[in-house]
Amino acid sequence: MRLVVAGHGPTAHRLIETLVERGFDGTITVFGEEPRPAYDRVALTSYLSGKSVDDLTYRVPDGVSLRTGVKVVSVDRAARTVTTDAGYTEPYDVLVLATGSAPFVPPVPGKDLPGCFVYRTIDDLDAIREASRDARAGVVIGGGLLGLEAADALRGLGLETHVVEMSGWLMPRQVDEGGGSVLRNHIEALGLTVHTGAGVRSIEAGPDGRVAALVRPDGEAVDAQVVVFSAGVRPRDELARGCGLEVGERGGIVVDEGMRTSDEHIYAVGECALAAGMVYGLVAPCFAQAEVAADRILRGSAAFTGADMSTKLKLLGVEVAQFGAMSGALDVTYMDPVAGVYKRLFVSDDATTLLGGICVGDAGPYNTLRPFVGRPLPGAPSDLLFAGAGTTSTDLPDDAQVCSCNNVTKGKICAAIADKGLTDVQGIKDCTRAGTTCGSCVPMLKQILVKSGVDVGKALCEHFAHSRAELFDIVSVRGITTFSQLIAEHGTGRGCDICKPVVASILASLGRGHILDGEQATLQDTNDHFLANIQKNGTYSVVPRIPGGEITPDKLIVIGEVARDFGLYTKITGGQRIDLLGARVEQLPAIWRRLVDAGFESGHAYGKALRTVKSCVGSTWCRYGVQDSVGLAIALELRYRGLRSPHKLKSGISGCARECAEARSKDFGVIATEQGWNLYVGGNGGFTPRHADLLAADLSTDDLVRTIDRFLMFYIRTADRLQRTAAWLEGLDGGLGYLREVIMEDSLGICADLDAQMERHVATYVDEWRAAIEDPDKLRRFVSFVNAPGIPDPSISFETERDQIKPVLIPLEAVRS
Amino acid sequence: MTILNETATRTDRWTPVCSYTDLLPERGAAVLVGTMQVAVFRTFDGALYALGNFDPFSGAYVLSRGIVGTRGGEPTVASPMHKQVFSLVTGVCVDDPGVAVPTYPIRVTDGTVEVSVA
Ligand SMILES: Cc1cc2nc3c(=O)[nH]c(=O)nc-3n(C[C@H](O)[C@H](O)[C@H](O)COP(=O)(O)OP(=O)(O)OC[C@H]3O[C@@H](n4cnc5c(N)ncnc54)[C@H](O)[C@@H]3O)c2cc1C
Ligand code: SF4
Ligand code: FES
Repeated sequence: MRLVVAGHGPTAHRLIETLVERGFDGTITVFGEEPRPAYDRVALTSYLSGKSVDDLTYRVPDGVSLRTGVKVVSVDRAARTVTTDAGYTEPYDVLVLATGSAPFVPPVPGKDLPGCFVYRTIDDLDAIREASRDARAGVVIGGGLLGLEAADALRGLGLETHVVEMSGWLMPRQVDEGGGSVLRNHIEALGLTVHTGAGVRSIEAGPDGRVAALVRPDGEAVDAQVVVFSAGVRPRDELARGCGLEVGERGGIVVDEGMRTSDEHIYAVGECALAAGMVYGLVAPCFAQAEVAADRILRGSAAFTGADMSTKLKLLGVEVAQFGAMSGALDVTYMDPVAGVYKRLFVSDDATTLLGGICVGDAGPYNTLRPFVGRPLPGAPSDLLFAGAGTTSTDLPDDAQVCSCNNVTKGKICAAIADKGLTDVQGIKDCTRAGTTCGSCVPMLKQILVKSGVDVGKALCEHFAHSRAELFDIVSVRGITTFSQLIAEHGTGRGCDICKPVVASILASLGRGHILDGEQATLQDTNDHFLANIQKNGTYSVVPRIPGGEITPDKLIVIGEVARDFGLYTKITGGQRIDLLGARVEQLPAIWRRLVDAGFESGHAYGKALRTVKSCVGSTWCRYGVQDSVGLAIALELRYRGLRSPHKLKSGISGCARECAEARSKDFGVIATEQGWNLYVGGNGGFTPRHADLLAADLSTDDLVRTIDRFLMFYIRTADRLQRTAAWLEGLDGGLGYLREVIMEDSLGICADLDAQMERHVATYVDEWRAAIEDPDKLRRFVSFVNAPGIPDPSISFETERDQIKPVLIPLEAVRS
Repeated sequence: MTILNETATRTDRWTPVCSYTDLLPERGAAVLVGTMQVAVFRTFDGALYALGNFDPFSGAYVLSRGIVGTRGGEPTVASPMHKQVFSLVTGVCVDDPGVAVPTYPIRVTDGTVEVSVA
């Protein structure tokens, strides 16, 4: 079968993806008018805040022939061909029209002046950005969902922004007048000027022929060099009209419940289609239509019978949500103009059935109550206005829709949990697609899991329902390389100080680039961000690696000179190296350049990583020693340096049973024997000291190294966030015996994997500090003030104690008042 | 309408501090405005926020170096010192609402970030 698709937007993409996934065996040819493949139009605005075209672009499935920059200009239904603007003709057996819609530009005088734009495509945004460079002010015509989004974009481009809305309040399709007034307060507080109940008389040009002002019907002029029309959209049904297909009175290609037009060989899907009596302007129903059409093309019998138009969004920092009906016999309203919150529920005349609701400033009721639309109220209406009070998902009947984006009912989710033994939200997402689009139903998915008896207490934080170990597996198995990708696919929101460093650490453990590369840099806490440990006055420490504690006099002298020249406090640490304290951020690169030139490298004192491998002098010097503990310590420290882990890692090597290196207080400790080495694991100093347990005795050096490799990698894979090896080992089901089975007898069959992972770490190690001082981009961050790079932080000062510096602290109470 | 005058008077209060592209998404930076230290943040969606750089819990000027994220949808920064989380919108400490840091107006003009501390 030859399938031809006209238009390559999100809907066309979903159609093609579904067909390919389901094994469609014909040819697919797609014509897209835009100069690039389909992209996520819903996320269009993020293009202005730094997302690239690539970030937004969908992946075109293999085998699909896509012609971008080509417009279909006519359809010959008798010959079953389409013709493009280049005059090329393509035959089809089945044609799908997915031509979307075009912004409606009202016939205002001046609408075509340079400086007037619409807001629909990447090209539109490029043009708006360009025009905004020399502009002071901008006006958006239309105060609906898209208009406010465009207004936010203009604000982000630095323009004084106005919004002109014809109706009496903002977002008239989603909220009522009360909600509109609360929304307006929010938006005005952000510095935008809102004109409601206002039309446009004309748009006036300045002397340069470009837009200079917008004139309201009352004659008042609004200064503006950029005008964006966002006054609604019109379905692009011109191809259908041209070939005589039935179209609606107010536009839109008429389709039946199988998305078929009045010609049985032609389907129409997405914003160009008039389905179930209306044209849908939201992406979720468009996707549902694409799936129905794909099913029909594959000879299925799926039907599109309408979709929930509930919306929840966050615009300019304000939550706005609407679900179900926007009116009802009775209603309950809660309004707090000071806090900027408005919530209203509509109920049936006997006050028993929930009909719908509107929320501004707090979308809580949307999440908890949307599934109850058309059902008995789960509690007293006034209680329900306070998000979720008294409601839980178990009160929901099985046929209630939990995920409206993907049309998934509670019953379907419960069945998936029971049949597939799902234990987490990710599992539900994978099996049912629930929660994969807007994410607003994820809290409900969690509740359903809990009520199904699944323990979800392991969630890392509010952004991930997974434990650290699960995230590690996801990142490793799916080859994920960025936090953005991980959170988009497996989490919600934008992360926090808990999940970001965890993911940064996982990416680093798996060797996915320098920790300050690209987006990874933003995930790091301040220590990793500046490759140095923050001290109480906001200065940082410098700790070069001294493997095994062995150092030449020359290198010792360099450390002394650097400390003297930069006025740093020096102290010998418990890990057999030297702390240099009191460095300001802008000093760090110069300090490190000196150290790197002298052959030092980062000691990772700032990272959740291997710290030091401490050693005694061993058999080389000590009259009791039986093995070269220093040699082994250096080898191990160099092997595992830079290895990121759930928490810091410490090690010690003693040359005989007298144990001078205190190896048994370390995460992994080695004590020499006559025959080889004894390996101890899970030791800890700190808060709850613990002696390490003997894992294996009398190992050869090779066996020892292999066992430590696997121990560390298994720990890194499976431990919780900030769980030292001691707590991890104690929590390990089966304890030391189990650990031995896994890493020495390969009971899980993962040893080859663990080995390979460690080999990769060893092979790809680079000194983070050397990489940083050689990269001007990474160096840019090392300033106290971006607007005054040469100026040190004036709040940092020192006094002298025992001939060295000591921080002068700012008295807290005085500043707090 | 008095838009032009309004713009003019407003401009006086604004201090240009850096270019928008100097700010990494989801990261903060400290700027010096006169003798005041202001922490400016650029969030994922491109929005900008400005808080006082002083961390009231540790007494150090370090808030600009915290991790930016969200709590229940609200953009936040966590102090790098003892991890208390502050709202970027209100400056209120999420973990201890009795404590707050000042917030300042911030905007972009021709690609230049400006804050107003007046
Ligand atoms: C800024 C913005 C924000 C939005 N936010 C949301 C949101 O938060 N939630 C939501 O649900 N929806 C949102 N939407 C709406 C959503 O983007 C649309 O519902 C969705 O894009 C519809 O997809 P489509 O493929 O049907 O149409 P379109 O995206 O319009 O794609 C149609 C494509 O076909 C091409 N085309 C048209 N005619 C021809 C032809 N003759 N030959 C070849 N190619 C042709 C067009 O150039 C276009 O690329 C937003 C839209 C915009 C513009
Ligand atoms: S551990 Fe034993 S051999 Fe090593 S130094 Fe101490 S006493 Fe000597
Ligand atoms: S409701 Fe949007 S993803 Fe479920």
